[in-house]
Amino acid sequence: MDFGRISRRHLLQGGAALTLGAAAGVRPAFAADTTIGFIYVGSRDDYGYNQAHAQGAAALKKIPGLKVVEEEKVPETDAVEKTIESMINLDGASLLFPTSFGYYNPHMIKMANKFPKLRFEHCGGLWSDKDPKNAGSYFGYIDEAQYISGIVAGYTSKSGKVGFVAAKPIPQVLRNINAFALGAKLANPKATTQVIFTGDWSMPVKEAEATNSLIDQGVDVLTCHVDGPKTMVENAARRGAFVCGYHVNQSPLAPKAYLTGAEWNWEALYPKFVKMIAAGESIPNFYRGGLKEEIVKTSPYGEAVSAEARKHADDIKAKFLSAEGYAIFKGGLVDNKGKTVIPAGTDRGQKDPELEKMDYLVEGVIGATS
Amino acid sequence: MADGSIGLWTVPLAVFGGAIRVSTPFLFVSLGECITERSGRINLGLEGTLVMGAMSAYGISYLSGSPWLGVLAAGITGALLGALHAGICSLPRVNDVAVGIALMLFGTGLAFYLGKPLIEPTAPRLPAIDFGWWSDIPQVRAALRVNVLFLIGVALAPILYWAFRTTRWGLLIRTAGESSDAARAMGHSVLLIRLRATMVGGFLAGIGGSFLSLFYPGSWNEGLSSGQGITAVALVIFARWDPLLCLWASLAFGGAAALGPALQSVGVTSGYHLFNAAPYILTLAIMIITCSPKRTLTGAPAELSITR
Repeated sequence: MDFGRISRRHLLQGGAALTLGAAAGVRPAFAADTTIGFIYVGSRDDYGYNQAHAQGAAALKKIPGLKVVEEEKVPETDAVEKTIESMINLDGASLLFPTSFGYYNPHMIKMANKFPKLRFEHCGGLWSDKDPKNAGSYFGYIDEAQYISGIVAGYTSKSGKVGFVAAKPIPQVLRNINAFALGAKLANPKATTQVIFTGDWSMPVKEAEATNSLIDQGVDVLTCHVDGPKTMVENAARRGAFVCGYHVNQSPLAPKAYLTGAEWNWEALYPKFVKMIAAGESIPNFYRGGLKEEIVKTSPYGEAVSAEARKHADDIKAKFLSAEGYAIFKGGLVDNKGKTVIPAGTDRGQKDPELEKMDYLVEGVIGATS
Repeated sequence: MADGSIGLWTVPLAVFGGAIRVSTPFLFVSLGECITERSGRINLGLEGTLVMGAMSAYGISYLSGSPWLGVLAAGITGALLGALHAGICSLPRVNDVAVGIALMLFGTGLAFYLGKPLIEPTAPRLPAIDFGWWSDIPQVRAALRVNVLFLIGVALAPILYWAFRTTRWGLLIRTAGESSDAARAMGHSVLLIRLRATMVGGFLAGIGGSFLSLFYPGSWNEGLSSGQGITAVALVIFARWDPLLCLWASLAFGGAAALGPALQSVGVTSGYHLFNAAPYILTLAIMIITCSPKRTLTGAPAELSITR
């Protein structure tokens, strides 16, 4: 189906590959005209995850001296290794951004070992000391923005039931669900968050069915963690429910129903990375940040958000931005099976790596991880 | 209930609503494929036709402001792709299954390419008819918001059933499908009959695609079909080339697709992957129950390359 890849990489440049291939691999890293490769798992205009990264890539294209090459719909298999190799050998890329979760291990690690002079930056992975030094993983604490969305949702919901359409029960998704649920409970202690897993990142019919089922259960504010939130946003708005967006700002799709949303801010982070490289600094192998570090942001409030909700949400946002920070996952946290997952007295700050291994749903969430 | 929830009733209601909402693309593609296969040819390219139909319907609806014009455009696109399939298959020693697979890849690829600028804009959607006016339960009203394409599809199934049995062109299609020699002996061009049957099949599949992008889920994106076209082609075999059975099979598949999310919403959360796989388990089960090594499938047109 992806005939674009074949024609571009293999036919047009096929001839050049033979001569260029050997030379390009040993190019000194980060010369004056640096080529940066972006790899997306889906379409880069999906109104969601991939589009957020593509917006970051677009910000890099504006910087003189930088060349950006992109490839879409690369599956999380050996295919990504081939893409990385061709970006390096054919396009001379010296900095690579494989942006999907499943690219990290073993694919990107293997490539980082093979090309030790080049730099690999992965979104979402957990870099550890065992991994190559020229590889890094960065991610944003988007659960901070989800927490803000949860607060707004908790105030806006009349039924006290908010809903979450999720793709797969992996730690990042569970962390978002839990943050959203805790935010809703902060606004309304009785609020429950109902979650439906669709099973994959892009399943429009399942997402629409999940949205309808949640609304049939009395849910009146919804958010999601799937690659393209467009289906959920449009279908929920049609049924008269409110929505909180994800990945990018979806308010143009449903201006009246859109409350706020958790957005990535890659267009701020990627130029920062490039500046660090240009200045000769090294990017920390394990790079994380939230609202304060401008890696994530929240969408502007919609008209349906009450003054009370705005004030509470803004207060919490100010705490996230403050020097001491704010812990969403505080001690004494119980999961929805009644087990204590964070013992009383030990707050888990945002940077706590334990949170990136999350495998539970907190009390107040209706749903199960398996 | 006071809080607006209907508890466990969500599950049967969601399956019922899902049967109406999700089944329409299955119905149109399977009826279209039924006509094509009855004429003695398999068009596996209907997945591509479905996606092309969805894309062109969304694009035309967005550009013209009229969703019905979009439906028409989807149908015409489908008919053209059908003509392409039939045209290539008219050449000597061409395998229709292989051409179908090529056209499936061609259709989806072309739709993704042309559909890039259509992901962001919002196109006007098809209207729904409110059959739930008698109920004051919002969930029932929502489940009964039916699109007219669904009604057309439901009406088309018995019409096709009747037409295959009693009309002249129904007999011609069946003759071409059962014995091309007989059709030739009667003085008819088998290739022309198959061209028309494939074009009509493509037309219907295109309209099925327009339902996806213009009604439910109701927007264009690249994951829209997720294999529904190819499932619908399999449905035809499952329905034994009988339009009425195609209708029931499509409804069953639609309802099964709604089962997974609905069960999760009422708290049946274990094994949701299994429930999400319900439509495919259903297909496998029925295939296993009904197959026999001793005979070919009942109802299979004798000229089909898979039965010949």
